[in-house]
Amino acid sequence: MSILVIAEHDNAELKGATLNTIAAAKAIGDDIHVLVAGADCGAVAEAAAKVEGVSKVLVADNAAYGHQLAENVAKLVADLGKDYGHILAPATTTGKNMLPRAAALLDVQPISDIIAVESADTFKRPIYAGNVIATVQSSDAIKVVSVRATAFDAVVAEGGSADVTAVDIADDAGVSSFVGEELAESDRPDLTSAKVVISGGRGMQNGENFEMLYKVADKLGAAVGASRAAVDAGFVPNDMQVGQTGKIVAPDLYIAVGISGAIQHLAGMKDSKIIVAINKDEEAPIFSVADYGLVADLFDAVPELETKL
Amino acid sequence: MKVLVAVKRVVDYNVKVRPKADGSDVDTANVKMSINPFCEIAVEEAVRLKEKGVVSEIVVVSMGSKQCQEQIRTALALGADRGILVETDEELQPLGVAKCLKAIVEKEEPQMVIMGKQSIDGDNNQTGQMLGALTGMAQGTFASEVVVEDGSAKVTREIDGGLQTVELKLPAIVTTDLRLNEPRYASLPNIMKAKKKPLDTTSPDELGVDIAPRFKTLKVEPPAERQAGVKVADVAELVEKLKNEAKVI
Repeated sequence: MSILVIAEHDNAELKGATLNTIAAAKAIGDDIHVLVAGADCGAVAEAAAKVEGVSKVLVADNAAYGHQLAENVAKLVADLGKDYGHILAPATTTGKNMLPRAAALLDVQPISDIIAVESADTFKRPIYAGNVIATVQSSDAIKVVSVRATAFDAVVAEGGSADVTAVDIADDAGVSSFVGEELAESDRPDLTSAKVVISGGRGMQNGENFEMLYKVADKLGAAVGASRAAVDAGFVPNDMQVGQTGKIVAPDLYIAVGISGAIQHLAGMKDSKIIVAINKDEEAPIFSVADYGLVADLFDAVPELETKL
Repeated sequence: MKVLVAVKRVVDYNVKVRPKADGSDVDTANVKMSINPFCEIAVEEAVRLKEKGVVSEIVVVSMGSKQCQEQIRTALALGADRGILVETDEELQPLGVAKCLKAIVEKEEPQMVIMGKQSIDGDNNQTGQMLGALTGMAQGTFASEVVVEDGSAKVTREIDGGLQTVELKLPAIVTTDLRLNEPRYASLPNIMKAKKKPLDTTSPDELGVDIAPRFKTLKVEPPAERQAGVKVADVAELVEKLKNEAKVI
């Protein structure tokens, strides 16, 4: 049976998480199809056709899919997906919004946020904020699975030449509509795919002080994140939150500044290769996962770090 | 309008759970149980909509063992009007929960269902979306703001890139994110009053719902532990180690 991977994109670019999801698909089977649902998304379909390991690209190009409204896209995914053995999507906010809805239309219990493929029906996934790893075996005829991108190495985006086929379905459920969005504009790398991430917590005291982190980030080519405490306090916007219910990151280097290290935060970053913690409280739990801990006042240490880089 | 709020009984968020020695399940013996934090935010949102005069009645529903009554009573103390317990000692998975909720929705006919975006035990983030599929209702997931007007709801959603606003025809489903509100504490008089509020009990069988599990948990294990590393004396040593030892900068 073939595997259907739902592409993550913004109608212009294929997003990196799709490449990690295709990697998970390759661990399950060989015949991998990619669905690009969007509006004026031809460029995305072309990009998907070049990805290593993809044998077919389906394109549903219609205004109804332009903003990835779950009510419309889930119906499309269920209609197309019923002929597949597996349906996979990245466990991004877009994937998490749409995929369970598609699964329920197929009367399938989805498996969320897998970090390993054990076999075609058995997967590992974190539960309890990553304090426990469960191995689960699905008994549904179709396996509907969302994939934690950081747990799979991306496949190569070039070299393939899959067929691109237009899908003649255009369903607008008519119950929801897109009003608008406020997207963070940044020249820095994307948090979930950056090689280096520097995050601030409650210890930053206010949003202006994050400027210190931006300066370090720009020297390192890093993305800037935050703990829930910093987001809740209004220092920085929600899209910067790293943690159990925010973004999951696994960069080569993670620098936690003024973050105590609640388990909910650790859930989002403890798979990073090297972790650095800068905190003036030497008892802070973050030090128990840090490769390098610096007990210091961040207001001294961070500017000094910037000058020494 | 009437609002249905779903709440889940989970291990308290401060408890660090561990797998049982035989790896069969998570050890939840003698640990503190609470209302799932996202569900608490859902209750609070419903209560605020009632205080604004948008909502006239809040029905709170939970599923699971008899002890889930405690979480329903907590929601009643926070301001919900009556409770429904779908009682079962069988394992519940999100699809089964969504099917039970659908049966309750058909009976109660709420204009809005508010629930948490995920529970902090299973971390599935599925049930609201699946209820949407089963009922055909629109969904506003990961909500950070909800505005109800003229038969529709404008929901601002926390997405990876920032914020997105969608307009949903009612009836609709809203799942809560962290920034939607800050739940209040129940006052002692309200806790006492909650004990007298109506709480009906039904079961998946009575609702005509098949909750048979669709996946089997083969084992649970702790994640690979990180070892604590070293403390460095100053920034210079940190930079030196990152360059020459870890080679990440």
